[in-house]
Amino acid sequence: MTKLTIAELQRIQEENKATFTLRKGGYKAKVVVHMGTCGIAAGARNVMTALMNEIALAGTNDIIVKTSGCGGLCAREPMAVIELVDQPPVIYGDLNEEKIKEIFKEHIIGGNPVEKYALALGSEAIY
Amino acid sequence: METAVRSHAMLCGCTCCMACGTTKVKAALEEEFRKNGIDEEVKLVISGSNVFCAKGPVMIVHPEEIFYEGLTVEDVPALVEEHFLKGRAYQKLTFKEQDKKIAIPSIHDIPFFKHQVFLVLKNKGLIDPERIEDYITMDGYKALSKALTLMKPEEIVKVVSDSGLRGRGGAGFPTGKKWELGLKIKSDVKYVVCNGDEGDPGAFMDRAVMEGDPQAVIEGMIICGVATESHKGYIYVRAEYPLAVKRLQIAIDQCYEAGLLGSNILGTGFDFDLEIYQGAGAFVCGEATALMRSIEGKRGMPRPKLWRSAVKGLWDKPTVLNNVETFANIPQIVLNGAGWYRSLGTEKSAGTKVFALTGAINNVGLVEVPMDTPLRKIIFDIGGGIINKRSKFKAVQLGGPSGGCIPEAYLDIPVTYEAIEKSGAIVGSGGMVVMDTSTCMVSTAKFFLEFTADESCGKCAPCRLGTKLMHDLLIDICEGRGKEGDIEMLEEMSETIISASLCGLGQSAPNPVLSTIRHFRHEYEAHIKDKWCSAGACRDLCTFYIDEKLCKGCGACQRACPSNAIEGEKKKPHKIMQESCVRCRTCVDTCKFGSIKILPASARSANEADLQFIAGMAAGSLAGVGK
Ligand SMILES: Cc1cc2nc3c(=O)[nH]c(=O)nc-3n(C[C@H](O)[C@H](O)[C@H](O)COP(=O)(O)O)c2cc1C
Repeated sequence: MTKLTIAELQRIQEENKATFTLRKGGYKAKVVVHMGTCGIAAGARNVMTALMNEIALAGTNDIIVKTSGCGGLCAREPMAVIELVDQPPVIYGDLNEEKIKEIFKEHIIGGNPVEKYALALGSEAIY
Repeated sequence: METAVRSHAMLCGCTCCMACGTTKVKAALEEEFRKNGIDEEVKLVISGSNVFCAKGPVMIVHPEEIFYEGLTVEDVPALVEEHFLKGRAYQKLTFKEQDKKIAIPSIHDIPFFKHQVFLVLKNKGLIDPERIEDYITMDGYKALSKALTLMKPEEIVKVVSDSGLRGRGGAGFPTGKKWELGLKIKSDVKYVVCNGDEGDPGAFMDRAVMEGDPQAVIEGMIICGVATESHKGYIYVRAEYPLAVKRLQIAIDQCYEAGLLGSNILGTGFDFDLEIYQGAGAFVCGEATALMRSIEGKRGMPRPKLWRSAVKGLWDKPTVLNNVETFANIPQIVLNGAGWYRSLGTEKSAGTKVFALTGAINNVGLVEVPMDTPLRKIIFDIGGGIINKRSKFKAVQLGGPSGGCIPEAYLDIPVTYEAIEKSGAIVGSGGMVVMDTSTCMVSTAKFFLEFTADESCGKCAPCRLGTKLMHDLLIDICEGRGKEGDIEMLEEMSETIISASLCGLGQSAPNPVLSTIRHFRHEYEAHIKDKWCSAGACRDLCTFYIDEKLCKGCGACQRACPSNAIEGEKKKPHKIMQESCVRCRTCVDTCKFGSIKILPASARSANEADLQFIAGMAAGSLAGVGK
């Protein structure tokens, strides 16, 4: 590490913000990917990987991703719930890698839910 | 491109959790993450103390904020599948309240955390103590930047004074006053010293801070350097704290590399050097003047306080010496202002205090609360009350060997310096040991006197000999050789030791005796006159006896007895064979029906009829049964 100045202290803080959004809360969007046995069998693992790649590519630091079990609608897995701060959560079904990428750009980044993939509005209690 | 991380598993890396197997659990978690292909999505971090020490190793998982305790290597595969793959809390290891089987997975709902205010411990479980970047991200070194660029030394001293912060090492001396004198005295060389000796039995607050957030202590010390125009600091840590020493050294090295220590700090032209000095673990070396002698390489013995250390301290140079927790408070006070700090606690006891809560309590761990918090709230709401359902709260010991025992009647007082002192104890450095009805108060006093007699440096005769004599007298009382006048003798010796000792060790050593005499005099009297230790702790002063009317003949005590001293048929009242009984108290703790009574020693040879009479007297709290 080179000798720091006060400006560089701020830079380090910016760089590490994502890590601490995750630990301290204060995020903009929350994504819950269903990872029950049914979800994983239907391809939830690939959806999750694709989503994590999108987040890394976009370099955002205020999105958190959680997993949950079966939502009781196994036929429509893989599913995910996306909740932007101050907006009702949207449940998506029949996902694949392509769809989640599209939803990431339109809904998570753009703020506009992708109606054609949406199943319903509503949240879900995970814990 | 770095892969994005969706979850952080903060595995507690304090000494206690490490001792319970953090390293093995870490390896198992890493392996399991890899197997499931989530080792890049999930980040495993060894954090500082999570402060809830009950059942290590503990772990907090973000962003769900789920708290797990008692992790084992065997549980790891199921935990990873449930939590990290399926997203459900792994119920088996979540926190459960005593007796209630209901799991409380979220850290925000666990009563132990809910009632606390984290200020000194604000980074607990959030940062990796070995990464300076983590500390910086949590606003670390912002206060130092402010102190270096926007404030004059006088202004820093004023904020500290106005905040009302008082020394957290025991005496509660106003920190601002000390710094003011430190700044006023002119000298070519001045020192800043941090007291991390922490010698009180049962105390581990400072260790947790040094292990979990070492940069906060360092930042506080550098700010003290700026405020008092000093350029050299020492952190005195006992060698018995190897993990604290290691993490502090890593933190210091990182600071030198980052230009936060050494010359021209943050490019502002200010220089400050810092090093660790390891002590050998003598209690007296926590005393400020003895500590400085120890750093000088001499034998750690206190000197008369003819002048303050801020005038003439280490190597006779002006020295500002503060406790670990005191320094750890400084960055936030400088950053947020005196008013903010004062909004917590009371007028004379501002801010928060960290206590190490241990003893006969459900939730053992570190507790940080505003100083106006009542003892009852700490012990019952945060601590979860007495662990053994069959016994009750008896006293809480505050201030270690310099402190005292506070009984039930005082539980509603706040933990301010003034209120605690009035009750006969001291806030001290923050050790808080809860005792239940199985604790003998005379033995408790004896324990502390044994400690101080051992740790007295020997310089002053009243302390060196007096503590030994008091200890001998307490042994006599506990072994049945107590005689009329012993209590008065203890009081008289206390007075002499307090008034004729040079340092705080001797001046406060009799406190555990005085406070127990004050609040539990009847127990001393029962020991001396009735030869009766009603707690059943002094083996020579008790007889265990089964009350026939209460005994259900379940046989539990019979099975638990290590010396086969209990006889009786199933479903019929049992009986203790006094000649075989070793008076270990196991049966008392085993019996669900409270049928085993603790009687005076004289009951041992009594016949059945007399026994019942004595038991009846004992229930009425006795008067002269020994006759
Ligand atoms: C016998 C004895 C042991 C002490 N041990 C400690 C200790 O372990 N840690 C500590 O900070 N202060 C200890 N003190 C108090 C120090 O002398 C001193 O008051 C304190 O470190 C000053 O820092 P503060 O004003 O920030 O509390 C002890 C005092 C005595 C008399």
